[in-house]
Amino acid sequence: MDEEPLIRWEWIGNNGPLIRELVVDNVVMALAPVLVGLLVALPLGLAAVRWRWLYQPTAGVVNVVYSLPSLAVFIVLLPITGLATRTTVIVPLAFYAMAVLLPAVVDGLDSVPEHVRQSAVAMGFTPARRLLAVELPIAVPVVIAGLRVATVSSISLVSVGALVGRGGLGHLFTDGWQRQFPTPIIVGIVLIVLLAVLADLLLVLVQRWLTPWSVARTGTRKRALPRSRPAASPEREGVA
Amino acid sequence: MITFDGVTKRYPDGTVAVDDLSLEAPTGEITVLVGPSGCGKTTSLRMINRMIDPSAGRILLDGVDVTTVDPPTLRRGIGYVIQQAGLFPHRKIVDNVATVPYLLGWDRKKAQARAMELLERVGLDPGLAGRYPFQLSGGQQQRVGVARALAADPPVLLMDEPFSAVDPIVRASLQDELLRLQSELNKTIVFVTHDIDEAVKLGDRVAVLRVGGRLAQLAAPAELLAEPADDFVREFLGRDRGIRRLSFVPADGLRLRTDLTVPVSAEVSSVRGTAEAWLAVVDSGGRPLGWVAPKDLPDSGGTLAEVPAAPYGTFVRGRDSLRAALDATLLSPSGNALAVDGSGRVEGVVTREALDEALARIAEDARG
Repeated sequence: MDEEPLIRWEWIGNNGPLIRELVVDNVVMALAPVLVGLLVALPLGLAAVRWRWLYQPTAGVVNVVYSLPSLAVFIVLLPITGLATRTTVIVPLAFYAMAVLLPAVVDGLDSVPEHVRQSAVAMGFTPARRLLAVELPIAVPVVIAGLRVATVSSISLVSVGALVGRGGLGHLFTDGWQRQFPTPIIVGIVLIVLLAVLADLLLVLVQRWLTPWSVARTGTRKRALPRSRPAASPEREGVA
Repeated sequence: MITFDGVTKRYPDGTVAVDDLSLEAPTGEITVLVGPSGCGKTTSLRMINRMIDPSAGRILLDGVDVTTVDPPTLRRGIGYVIQQAGLFPHRKIVDNVATVPYLLGWDRKKAQARAMELLERVGLDPGLAGRYPFQLSGGQQQRVGVARALAADPPVLLMDEPFSAVDPIVRASLQDELLRLQSELNKTIVFVTHDIDEAVKLGDRVAVLRVGGRLAQLAAPAELLAEPADDFVREFLGRDRGIRRLSFVPADGLRLRTDLTVPVSAEVSSVRGTAEAWLAVVDSGGRPLGWVAPKDLPDSGGTLAEVPAAPYGTFVRGRDSLRAALDATLLSPSGNALAVDGSGRVEGVVTREALDEALARIAEDARG
C-alpha cells in the first residue's frame, strides 16, 4: 500500500461545491443557536437582575442542561426533530449558548455603576427608557465578551452533529475517518478554526464600533487629559 | 422655595433616617445640609426629588407637595449633582450635558447648542464636547456633572457631596466656581456635605443635622460660628471657630495708614532717617515690592531698588475678610498688612495696632 500523503490537493479542487455547502451549513447551525440563545438570555437576564431570587434557580437549570453530553441530547431529540436535520443540532447548541450568555447579560447589567444608575433616575429617566438608553448600552462590552465565547464554541460544537448525520464541516471528520483518508479531516479542522477566528474578529470589530467609550476598560488606552490642554481632534475618539 | 414640613423617614426595620424635620430652603439661596454620617442629610435631599418618599410629613416645592407629581416629570425640573458625577460612560460629553433636554423632547440641535453653552459656562473647553467621560479628569467630570444638572435651566439644584471625591485644590476651585455661577444664576440650591468648612464657605444658610436625622441648628454661617446652639454643634464646628468667624467680617473697617509707603526710586539716604520701624516699598505703578526697616538700611548711596526688601502680605480692600488681613500681617516680618485695590495697587498699610482694634471690637461682640 502506497504511503498516503497528509493532504491531497486535488481532492479539495474536486470537492469545491461540497466544501462550500458544508461551510454554509456549519455557519448556519452555529450562529442560529447563538442568536436564539441571546434572544432568550436577554429577557431572562433582565428578569434575573430585576428579581434577584430568580437568578440562582435559573442559572442552576441552565447549568444542568449545559452539563448534559451533547451526543445524548442529540439522540433524545432524534424522534422529535428527525435524523440529519438542522433543528436537531440547533436546539441543544442554543441551550449551550444560553448557558454562556445568561451570566454575561446579568454581569453586563451589574457592570452599570450604581452612581450612573442613580443619576439616570435623578435626571428623570422612566424605568424603560433608562434600561434602553443607559443600562443596556453599558452592558454591551460584557455581553459581547460572552457572545465571543458562545460563538466560537458553537462553531466547533456543530461538528459533533456529524454523529447524527448533520455536522456541517464535522461531516469531513467522519468521512475521512471511515475511509482512512486524512485530507478531509485536515480541511475540516482548518476551516473550523478559520471560521472561529473570523467570527471572533468580527465580534471584536462590532464591539469597537458599538462601544468606542469602553477602550478605558480594556486598559489599552487610559488617558486623563490635563485641564489646560486644548482638545486636539474630538473626531478621533475611540479609534483604538 | 423648598419646604420640609415635619418630614420623617422611617425604614421597615425601624431605623429612623430623618426625624420630624422642618426647614425652608429659600428661593435663590444655597442651603447646606451638614452633619456626620447617619444624620439623614442625603436621605433628606433625595426626598425632594422623590428618589425616596417620606414616611410622614410633606415636602413642598413652591407650595406644591412633591408626592403629587409624577417622579420623572418632577426630576426633569430639578438639577442633580452627585459625588462621582455619575456621568454616562457611553455618551460623549455634549450628550451627557444634553441628557435632560433630550428627555424633555428638545430638538437635538437645540439641545446640543445649549450643552455647548453650558460647558463654557462651567469653565470647560468646548473642545472636550466630543470626548467620553473616561478621557476627563475627576475635576473636569464634576464640572460636566454641574453643567448637566443646569442644562434644562431648572430653578432647583440638588447637590449631594459633589466635590468630596476630588483633591483639595480642585475642590476649592470648584467651590469658587459654584459661588460664581450662583451669583449669575440665582438657583435654589440644596447642598449636602459632611465638611463643615465647605458648608460655611458655600451656604447662605447652614442646617446642622445630628445622627438620627434631627435638626440641631439652622443659621447663617457667621451666626453659626458665633453662637452654636449646643455642644453638638460646637463640637461639630471644631477648632478655630473664632478665627474662622473672621472670614465673615469685611476688612473694610480697618484703619488705614497712607504715610508708610515709599517709592522704590527714593534715595536710601533719605529713607534712613525715618522714625518708622518699617516702610512699604512700592514700584512706579503703586504695586508692592516689599518692606524695608529704615534703621537697618546700609549707609550707602543709590535708591531702594538696590537694597533687599522683606516679604509682604496683601489683602484686597472691599473684597477680602478680616481673616485675609490677619493672614497678610503674619506673612511679613513687619507685622503689617498691605491693603491693595482690585488691580493690586497699594491703598495703604494696616498696622498691627489697627488690626488689634478691629479684633477687640469683634471680641466685644462675642460677649453678647
